[in-house]
Amino acid sequence: MSLSVKHLLGIRDLTRQDIELIFQTADQLKEVLQRPIKKVPTLRDTTIVNVFFENSTRTRISFELAEKRLGADVVNFSASGSSVSKGETLIDTVNNILSMKVDMVVMRHSATGAPHFLSKHINVPIVNAGDGINEHPTQALLDAFSIREKLGSVEGKKVAICGDIMHSRVALSNIYCLKKLGAEVTVVGPPTLIPKHIAQALDVNVSYDIREALAWCDVANVLRIQLERQNMPLFSSLREYSLAYGVNRQLLDSLQKEIVIMHPGPINRGVELSSDVADSGQSIILDQVENGVATRMAVLYLLARKEPVFN
Amino acid sequence: MKSILTDRQLAITIDRLSHQLIENHLEFRDTVLIGLQPRGIYLSDRIYHNLKKLLPNTHIAYGKLDITFYRDDFKSEKGLQAPNETDINFSVENKRVVLIDDVLYTGRTIRSAMDAMLDFGRPAAVELLVLIDRRFSRELPIQSDYTGKTIDAIITERVKVLWKERDGKDEVVLIA
Repeated sequence: MSLSVKHLLGIRDLTRQDIELIFQTADQLKEVLQRPIKKVPTLRDTTIVNVFFENSTRTRISFELAEKRLGADVVNFSASGSSVSKGETLIDTVNNILSMKVDMVVMRHSATGAPHFLSKHINVPIVNAGDGINEHPTQALLDAFSIREKLGSVEGKKVAICGDIMHSRVALSNIYCLKKLGAEVTVVGPPTLIPKHIAQALDVNVSYDIREALAWCDVANVLRIQLERQNMPLFSSLREYSLAYGVNRQLLDSLQKEIVIMHPGPINRGVELSSDVADSGQSIILDQVENGVATRMAVLYLLARKEPVFN
Repeated sequence: MKSILTDRQLAITIDRLSHQLIENHLEFRDTVLIGLQPRGIYLSDRIYHNLKKLLPNTHIAYGKLDITFYRDDFKSEKGLQAPNETDINFSVENKRVVLIDDVLYTGRTIRSAMDAMLDFGRPAAVELLVLIDRRFSRELPIQSDYTGKTIDAIITERVKVLWKERDGKDEVVLIA
């Protein structure tokens, strides 16, 4: 029993069995999080460094909590205010950290492929906490885990991923994960925010009509509009985006059924999601946050062995 | 493969262990039973149901404990295991805890179990009940308080407890 990979660089590399093993482990770790003492000593001889070259609050806190609740020693590193701003290279930075005898690296980087590059040069397990517009595997795992928890299984479910597909690593990882688990996926958003050949490349449905997509799906995963990744405007204004693609109460009430609303956060309230929907009983946004710690604990647990067994 | 306990002998042994528990705990007022995952719970289920039959009006607190995240060999070749369910919906604070497992061998599982159990509170006392005690193979100073059968087996031999619920029949065998 082990993962087929040494690092978690993306969902693309995982098998369905890997994902199910992570979920099975996360189920039991979630029980640990309900206890009065929310901590187990599993990784007490392991030191993990969280290297964040890009700002993040919730992912870093979630990883840090996961690490601490498994009993690991944690070192945090953020690029701002470090030698990176003096021109140090990625390999130098991480090698320096590893020389201090670190057993695992959790890394976020704005450049696509940065953790893959690093994995070729260093010998400890690497967990990708988001690389550029490529993948954000733990987010996809916690999203699928939350769907499984809410609806019983992911197999056969219809999931609409809404909004900025083009710039979203969450969307890509989610598509890989959901497809591997047997769900149907539709991506929906303005044509400028949906990659041209995504339907053929990733075997998903494409829709430009939010109402149609919501009427079809069991779960809507609403993504944040990532203005910081857009060099030039891809839609006319936030107000117009909100009118055309925002998920609000009126739109949900017009459907014949109750769908589950998800969001990876942080929410632009009133843009992609209205406040009353985000805070409603249909939304499992806070469950996603809670499940994030359990699934990340599972990933760290399964990768933390010193000599991983390869299948 | 040699049979150590037949199904009939196993039933009698479990009966005897249940009566020994009653002798020492009587009303089970401050006593909780905890079966150890994965294989100890078959024994603890039997004992729990036996006790319910013998003491129909007594409430007995019973839980199941998984020690996967407390193992000391997690990073070894066979250490990485899929976790099982922990189901303890009571505090063990000031309780007399009876840990139940099928085979006592090196003692490492029980050491981990005590670690795991302490996360649920500080018990007044802890006892250990096992079906099979493989004495002379201990790696830690841990002994059972209630023992079904003691056997002397060499290190290359394996003791396997078969349960009807899982393996189709009740039997304890020694595999050379």
